[in-house]
Amino acid sequence: MKLRKLAGITASLVLALSGGLSSSIVMADWPERPVTIIVPWSAGGGTDATARAVAQQLEERLGQPFNVVNRTGGGGLVGHITIANAAPDGYTLGVITIETTMYDAQGIPGATPENFTLIGRFNADAIGVNVRADAPYDTVEELVEAVKANPGSIKASGANRGGLSHLAWAGLLNSLDIDPEASPWVASDGSAPAMQQLAADAIQVVSTSPSEARSLVEAGEAKSLALLSNERSAAYPDLPTTTETFDINWSPLPFRGMAGPAGLPEEVSAKLESELKAITEDAKFIEFMQSRGFSIAYQDSAGFTETVMNSRDGLVSAMQSVGLAKTN
Amino acid sequence: MDLNTYLAAASIVLDWPVLAAIVAGAVYGFMVGAIPGLTATMATALLVPVTFFLAPVPAIALIVSTTAMAITAGDIPGTLLRIPGTPASAAYVDESYALTLKGKAEVALNISIMFSALGGMFGAIFLLITGPLLAKVALNFSSFEFFWLAMLGLMTSALVSSSGPVKGYVSLMLGILVSTVGLDITSGQPRFTFGVVELYGGISFIPVMIGMFAFAEILRGFSSTAAYPPAPETSAFRPFHGMGGLLRKYKWGYLRGASLGTTIGALPGVGGDIAAWIAYGMSRRFSKTPEKFGTGHEEGLVEASSSNNAGLSSAWIPAMVFGIPGDAITAIAVGVLYMKGLNPGPRLFTENPAMPTAIIFTFFIANLLLFPIGYLAIKGARHVLSIRRCYIVPVVLIFCILGSFAINNTLFGVGIMFAAGLAGYLLEENGFPIAPIILGIVLGPVLERNFIMSMQIADGKLTGFFDRPIAACIGTVVIILLLVPVVRTLRQPTSSPNPI
Repeated sequence: MKLRKLAGITASLVLALSGGLSSSIVMADWPERPVTIIVPWSAGGGTDATARAVAQQLEERLGQPFNVVNRTGGGGLVGHITIANAAPDGYTLGVITIETTMYDAQGIPGATPENFTLIGRFNADAIGVNVRADAPYDTVEELVEAVKANPGSIKASGANRGGLSHLAWAGLLNSLDIDPEASPWVASDGSAPAMQQLAADAIQVVSTSPSEARSLVEAGEAKSLALLSNERSAAYPDLPTTTETFDINWSPLPFRGMAGPAGLPEEVSAKLESELKAITEDAKFIEFMQSRGFSIAYQDSAGFTETVMNSRDGLVSAMQSVGLAKTN
Repeated sequence: MDLNTYLAAASIVLDWPVLAAIVAGAVYGFMVGAIPGLTATMATALLVPVTFFLAPVPAIALIVSTTAMAITAGDIPGTLLRIPGTPASAAYVDESYALTLKGKAEVALNISIMFSALGGMFGAIFLLITGPLLAKVALNFSSFEFFWLAMLGLMTSALVSSSGPVKGYVSLMLGILVSTVGLDITSGQPRFTFGVVELYGGISFIPVMIGMFAFAEILRGFSSTAAYPPAPETSAFRPFHGMGGLLRKYKWGYLRGASLGTTIGALPGVGGDIAAWIAYGMSRRFSKTPEKFGTGHEEGLVEASSSNNAGLSSAWIPAMVFGIPGDAITAIAVGVLYMKGLNPGPRLFTENPAMPTAIIFTFFIANLLLFPIGYLAIKGARHVLSIRRCYIVPVVLIFCILGSFAINNTLFGVGIMFAAGLAGYLLEENGFPIAPIILGIVLGPVLERNFIMSMQIADGKLTGFFDRPIAACIGTVVIILLLVPVVRTLRQPTSSPNPI
């Protein structure tokens, strides 16, 4: 009895294993079984929400469950490395964010753009400069003047030190030939605690996307001054950009894109690329993204790859300017 | 808010899809919460795709009643098997398990379910009256205030441990040490990771909690010091019997716990986790019989359970009024609110006050549902306890593994659970309490982050911690609490030293 059971289990294990192997050979029928989508950020955040919406669409279109799994920690590092280290069989994919362009310069290998198969981008929202509603400055120019006039007095926050939010703000000051340390960075665990600090009048600037500042802006507690971008946002058309105000070229655009481990079969990535394009044109998906204040910014694999490489160049030099990366 | 608002809100809630959502959420939440290791956050995250298909109010009602139920149901494995459901319930898990060991599991369950429900209802009423005002107050809390609050929370560990404050502090420091593992948010540098990628994200408290409480309990079962919960008495036990007497006896404890929970729970980020700890510590401080604490005494259980659920609803207030989520659950809820066009903000209260009022009503109803569902749970508890040990242990072990795997979907969590279990067993055999370790792991990062943030804001000057009025007040209280035992010891040089 026991032996027979054992034999049964072994047989089913062997079947399961061979099933996994054969699927990597016959890729034309992908997906034949449930697919895991790894999200490197916690449940409830923007990346998680958009990833779940994409996963739901993929599930409807491809007829297999697409399960979202949050692998959080280490500023997204743990999840990103998990995606990169997964077997490139198309059954473990992920949503990656701009942090993948920064780990290497921080001296942490294993999650660089080269470790991924970049499938396509579906969202990109520029970072904004937000201050208290009762702040004495109404434009980003006045704010920058205040930073120049009183170095050290205007504290900014929005993420960990070296996080994108930090680099966006430091990079702006750097491109205006102001020492980034003139506005000291307060390390926080994301934008929500930073907005709380702003509302409690403990800090003066939060650099985060206008959609994350929206509720406090609507509550009359904060105001958004400008967008750190080369072009205005469709969702916030009245918000000026720092590029038009200062005539600089600084546009650190955080992206959210689909990716798999490096070496994903051509059939899989091509199928996903075209499905992702269709999803970003789907009325239901568009409605969802608009309701949350996320913009849709589709890019195919080639365009996405170019974006990723360009962001890396810009961000690494911003990191060097604040001493977070070695200057080569 | 006037009567019309309440009537409008009531008519929104008393619609059948909403009521159906509340009941469905309650049953689902109860089941998830009662499984050791599965958390309210996990239950909520799984609901998000479902909410796509629901109208706004049923969607929110579903989340509200799921969380309220899951957190209370987490007390059941805590009481019966010593596996706490949340870091908050780790504060009183030893107390309720001590009752189980005395053969009074049903009394413990009675207390935690009934006072959770009463606390939750108190919180909901409190919010109806003070909601937006409370949010306004909570918005004035900066890292300076949060730092002192975290200190206050940590200091309760000395009160919670029954084996003397020194061993309590040693355990606490161990917990804080564990909490420093991972990428440091200030410098982005890995600490104590030894090149292991999984450690970059830090050590999650859930596998540690499951390991230290549940797996350690299994290990203890093999040793000579094993203590088994006795099979319940054969006489029929009537759920909720004699609870009126307890409520009369401990009415101040209940009110204190519930109002403390509501106030502290509204503070984003720290509230939910420390409310029950401070309530339990306060209960012991003000008790006439503090020596009974930790031996299966009802008093602390009453106060901590009340505050746990009262804080749950108030965590929604900063989320609804200012869109600042206090924890993962409200973060998910804020997302759902946006998705449903109910953008959080004071305008939600002024333009459409019936909506937030309806959400608070949902809390009230979900907590009422705790009575019938809790009744069944208490009835079922006797059967769990009469199962023979040799059947219970493997099932508990499976749940230990399942719960620690589910937190990050990796076997790494299972490894952490086993290691923590072994450590927890050794520590407890030598008289070091476990609960402060969990508190240290949960509050350690809060303390560190807020300390660093404050120091960066104050340009490195320690006086910054007393510059803001609220911070100065809480800070003074913390310092007085720290100094009182020192002064007392210095004044009585002849008294015998405290037994450690």
